[in-house]
Amino acid sequence: MIPTEYYIFLGTGLFTIGVIGVLTRRNVLIILMSIELILNAVNINLVALSQYFKHVDGQVFAIFVITDAAAEAAVGLGLIIALFRNKETVNADEIDLLKW
Amino acid sequence: MLELGTFIVLSVVALVSAVFVITRRNAVHSVIWLVVTLFSVGGIFLLQHAEFLFAVQIILYVGGIMVLFLFVVMLVDIDVTLKQARFARQWQVALLTVVLLLGLLGFAMYNHGQGLNLPVRPMVSAPVQNTQEVGKVLYQNYMLPVEIASVLLLVAMVGAVIMAKRKLE
Repeated sequence: MIPTEYYIFLGTGLFTIGVIGVLTRRNVLIILMSIELILNAVNINLVALSQYFKHVDGQVFAIFVITDAAAEAAVGLGLIIALFRNKETVNADEIDLLKW
Repeated sequence: MLELGTFIVLSVVALVSAVFVITRRNAVHSVIWLVVTLFSVGGIFLLQHAEFLFAVQIILYVGGIMVLFLFVVMLVDIDVTLKQARFARQWQVALLTVVLLLGLLGFAMYNHGQGLNLPVRPMVSAPVQNTQEVGKVLYQNYMLPVEIASVLLLVAMVGAVIMAKRKLE
């Protein structure tokens, strides 16, 4: 039996790596992938605690998180395609239309 | 013992491939390392007897979302980004923020030497049929959220189609 703390440490590690990716990379696609990493870290925590309390509510929430991830990926990738068509770039720091 | 060994192998693979995801120059390599991460996270779900979630992870994440990512990475041209700088100008500030975040999380988990201090686990036996149990809870206790999630998926689908299509003249 693995202690629940270990799963939460793993979730924290993945979450932190995802946050580093979101904050430091320029490529919008890799920023979206880092968001997927963050959502997976959340899922690990949800499943670990659902197993700890011997109740499947956490796993049901993880399914909703995966649904959200799918919706977010679809809309985000649609945005990136529209952006690339208009601005010919996928770098986050070159997309400054709203910057004054 | 075997369980712990499997857990350590899976989590090391997950963390190392996650680091590769955010450091590779080529976005296609990032997608492939992300697939490795998602597989090992799926293995961790299996280790926790969440078989249904393991299947969802493999079919939906690896089979669906990652293929979508690969398509878009191939659509936007990758030759230009290969020659450009990988990291944004604010990376020092970003790393400082992350160190602060990690310190905060570590402080919260250390909790004055008490650890996580989880409540006492209930003395019920774990449900044996995981998929059956998840389905029951999903369609009885969470019926309205399931419907809202399906509407959300519909809206996302329409939004993606509208944003990705060409402007009609």
